[in-house]
Parts: sequence; C-alpha cells; structure tokens
Amino acid sequence: MSMDSFLQNIANSITLGSLYALIAIGYTMVYGIIRLINFAHADLLMVAAYVAFYGIFIFALPWWVAFAIAIALTTLLGMSIEKLAYRPLRNAPRISVLISAIGVSFLLENIGIVVLGARPKPFPRPEALVWNIQAGNISFLSLTIIIPIVTVILLLAVTYMVKKTKIGIAMRAVSRDFETSSLMAVDVNKVVGTTFAVGSALAAVGGLLWSLQYPQVDPLMGVFPGLKCFIAAVMGGIGSIPGAMLGGFLLGTIEVMLVGFMPDLSGYRDAFAFVILILILLFRPGGILGENVVEKV
Amino acid sequence: MDKRNGIKNLLTVALLAGTCLLFFWAENNLDNFQLRILNLAAIFAILGLSMNLVIGFTGMFSLGHSGFMCVGAYTAAILTMSPASKELIYYMEPIIPILAHIQWPIFPAILMAGLVAAVFGLLVGFPALRLRDDYLAIATLGFAEIIRIVVTNTISITNGSLGLKDIPSINSIWVYWGSAIITIIILKRIINSSWGYAFMAIRDNEIAAEAMGISIFKHKLLSFTIGAFFAGVAGALMGFIITSIDPTMFRFLFTFQILLIVVLGGMGSLTGTVISAIVITIMMEVLRFVEEPIDLFGILSIPGLPGMRMVIFSIGLLMVILFYRQGLMGTREFNWDWVLSRLGRGKSKERGDSI
Repeated sequence: MSMDSFLQNIANSITLGSLYALIAIGYTMVYGIIRLINFAHADLLMVAAYVAFYGIFIFALPWWVAFAIAIALTTLLGMSIEKLAYRPLRNAPRISVLISAIGVSFLLENIGIVVLGARPKPFPRPEALVWNIQAGNISFLSLTIIIPIVTVILLLAVTYMVKKTKIGIAMRAVSRDFETSSLMAVDVNKVVGTTFAVGSALAAVGGLLWSLQYPQVDPLMGVFPGLKCFIAAVMGGIGSIPGAMLGGFLLGTIEVMLVGFMPDLSGYRDAFAFVILILILLFRPGGILGENVVEKV
Repeated sequence: MDKRNGIKNLLTVALLAGTCLLFFWAENNLDNFQLRILNLAAIFAILGLSMNLVIGFTGMFSLGHSGFMCVGAYTAAILTMSPASKELIYYMEPIIPILAHIQWPIFPAILMAGLVAAVFGLLVGFPALRLRDDYLAIATLGFAEIIRIVVTNTISITNGSLGLKDIPSINSIWVYWGSAIITIIILKRIINSSWGYAFMAIRDNEIAAEAMGISIFKHKLLSFTIGAFFAGVAGALMGFIITSIDPTMFRFLFTFQILLIVVLGGMGSLTGTVISAIVITIMMEVLRFVEEPIDLFGILSIPGLPGMRMVIFSIGLLMVILFYRQGLMGTREFNWDWVLSRLGRGKSKERGDSI
C-alpha cells in the first residue's frame, strides 16, 4: 500500500469511526439505563434521513431547517417508542422487552417500505456542508473533518450532561437502581424519557451525517450501521460513553484497514464486526472500558 | 388409571389415523397452491417448534435460527442435486470434486442436513451459550450473519450469491407433515424426559437449577443443538419446496417470522406453536391481497403496497407482547385429560395434570 492510499484509509477510518461512535453513544445510554438493546435505534437513523430528504426535495426547505426538523421529529419518535412499546413492559421478563424492540424495529422498517418505497433514493449534499479538499495527492471531502468535529462536540456535551447536570445525576442513579432512585424522589419515567430523547437526537444526527457521507437513503439503511454500532458500544464497554466512542473508532479503523490491507477478505467485511463482538463477549464481556459485573443471587 | 391411559392411547392412535386420513384427502382434493401452503405450514411448524424448545422451554433468547436453516438447506441441496445440474449451475467456480458426483436420496439428505446443522449448533453454542439474555441474542444473531456471509463467499461449495437452482422438487404432503409430526413426537418426548425438566428448570431459575445439581451448560448446549438440528431439517425441506435457494433468503427476516410464530403460539407450548404456525402461514398467503393493487369499482384504485403484510405482522407481534404476553396457549399443551374432562368423563381430581 502506498503512502497516499494509507492516508486515504486513515481519513476514511476516522470518518467511519466517528459515525459509529456517534450512533453507539445512543445505544450505550439506553442500554445503560434500562438494559435493553434498542433495536429501533437503528431505524431512527433512517427516519431522520428520510425526513431531511423530503424536507429538502418536496418542501424545498433550506438544508439546516430540514435537518433541524428531522432531529426534532426523530427525538419525538424515540420518546414515543419508549412510552408505547417499552414502558408497559418495564416489569416484564427481559425477553419480552427485547421482542417488543424487535417488533418496533420491523414495524418502522416495513412502514418505511410501504410509505417510501423500497428503492434507494439519492440524498442531497448541500454545498455549504460538502466540498472537496485537496491536500497533496490525496483529496477528501469536507465531511472527513466535519463529522469527527460534530462527534467530539456532541460527545463532550453528553458527557457534561451526564456528569454535571441534575438530570445526568438522576440518569446515573436510575441506571444503578430503579427502585431506590424513585424512593429518592427521582421521576424515573421522566429520566428514562430524557435518555431516549438524547439517544434519539444523537441517532438523528448520526443518520443525517451517515446519509451525507454515503449519499443514499433506503428503508433498510439503518440495519447494518445499527448492528455495528451496537457492537462498537459492546466493544467499548456498554453503558460507558467514552467506551462507545473508543469502540466506534476502533471498529471503524479495523474495518477500513482490514479491507485496505487485505482486499481479498472484503467479502467478509460485515462478518468481521460480528467476530469481534463474539471475541469481546467471550473474553472481556464488560468491554474495554467497562467494569465486569458479577451477577449475584 | 390403566383404563384411562388405555383410552388416551387409543385416542392418540385415533387422532393420528384421523390426521393421516385428512392428509390423504388433502393430497387428492386440494390444488397445488393450497397443498404448497399446507406444506409450508409444516415447515414453519418445525421451525417454530425448534425455536420454542430453545426460547420457550430453555429460556435462551437465540436469534440464530436462520443461520442453521441456511446450513441445512445448503447441505440437503448439495447432496440431492444431480451431478449434471451441478456442473451447469457452478459456472463461476466449479464445485469441489468430492461434492460434484454425489447424489443422495432425499431422506438421508434431510437427516444429514439436520446433523450438519446440529454440528454447527454445537460449534456456535459452545462459545455463545456462556452468554445470557440480550447478549446471547446479539451473539447468535451475529453467528447467523457470519454463517450467511461465509456461505456467500465460499463459492466452490455453495455457488456464492448466485445460489442453487434445480433442487429436486417434492410436493408430497407426507414428507412435510410426516417430518413435522415426527418432530412433534420427538420434542414431546424430550420435554417430558429428565432433559426437558432440566431445560424448564433452567428457564425458570438458572441459579436454583444449578443448586439442584443440573449441569447448566450441558443442558443448554443440548437444547441448542437439538434446536439447530430441527432448524436444519426445516431448512432442507424449505429447499425442496422452493427448489432454489440463495444466501439472501436466510436473513434476519426469517428468524423474525419464526419468532412471531413462537410468541403468538405461546413461549413454552408445542401445541400453540403448531396452531400459530398454521395460522400465520395461511395468513401470510391470505394477506397477500393487501400488497396488490386494489381497484374499487373502477373509481378508486389503490396502488400495490409491498411490505404491508410485514407491517400487519409487526403490529400483531407488538399487540401480543404488550397486551397478551402468554400468547395463544401460554405454557399449556393439548392433552386428553383436558378434552375428557370437558366431555364430562374426566375425574375432577386429575384436572391438575392439564396445566
């Protein structure tokens, strides 16, 4: 591999890693608080992308208005999903909630297919956001810089919220113990709702950036990024926000480099993430930054 | 007591004979399309039963069923296709020589499909079953996806993404429902054996079960492997009914459909699974009309809506899990005591058995 293509791969892995990290944070927050793999999280990416797509193409809105509406609607959707499909099952066996999450995910995907059609559509790239940068022999899109910056800013904001604000303290309390925190006058439903709102907003931003980077939208576009971001969250240590960031970057880098160095294996690219997942689950189930919790009777 | 058991055995034999008559009638009177749906229902019943053994009876939330089906379908297809059509189909890369000239009869091939899937189940289960709940779910989902991707990439064995065509076609209801009934009998016997009690003990309380001296890992692996075996058998049958398979068939969607059957029928009830497999398979065909263009008296026409069926099924799944979590049968089974007591001949003190 030449130096140029190596640098190109570095740029690609930073972009992909940031996207994974951004979406993984949403997974990790929701998992941290109600111990649920929110399968519907992946489909929120798709919803956000489509809202922006229709905002720009049908209603001819400026891109930033469309993006803002997309984030707002996705946040609302995420909160409604929690309220309608997860909250009634809070005291049910975990398998039931998981089945409910799978049901919601399939519902969203198929409503997407019915309403929007299964055919992929090209996503618009606003000129204000996407332009080409030429540096020596390598050229890259402005997104290579914008995406990591957005990710880092949002990561810092979320970390601040969780560590310093009142609602963040409540979130950490609820994630430790539902009952005790409700005895301490924490409104559990409100806290869980807020967690979903933040997680969904992050998913929306992730979905928008994803569609800018890979400018195509279809109703199933969220499935694979969703699974991989969950894997990234597990790699980093589920429940840990810096862990999600680390996991996202690692997974993105490993994937890009694997294909870059060993093009013969590119057919196995999607399997690779799962292999990593299984290795992590077996040898360090708490993830890289997570704590290994021993289950007590 | 003996008399009662005698009656029950007699009733069971009568039921089996009645079912056979029904199949005989169906084979001669139903058209090909109806027969095909009925056969498909048998395959979904096997799939549902095997998944219920793992999820409903042993309490392991595994989402890897489509992977084992995939293994079974490919094994059976490669074993039964004629050497001539193999030569024709594998044009990207020729098939490896050992497999090029074999052609097995269908029954050994179905059995082999189950066994190969069971070996995969053992290999997957060995690492995966150390995990629990949602981690197990995501790991098995991952394994299923890995199996699918490996199948797509090992072109000299599986013909890659082009898939396999010209798999011998079987229309006989006896093969499909015969396999389903054998599955029901075997699983029923397993569940009523010490294995089955161990499975259910693990489901209800793993720690208590371990304290009672049940080897958790061994029984989990056993249940998972048996589940994989029957998933493989169902995969083989799926190949014979559709006559062509490719890796995209065995996506997560398949597992979702089976999960729907298991949840609707009741996690932990074989009877419920069989009933809901039949209902869902028929519904899948009946509801096809919602995806086709509808023309109302030439005035109003609604364009076709592909995906609408899955919307309905997803809502159905959500409704069941939110409002009627035990499903159709809960953990109850069909049994003669219940039927007899309903008929007024049962002894009331034995009614406890029926739960």
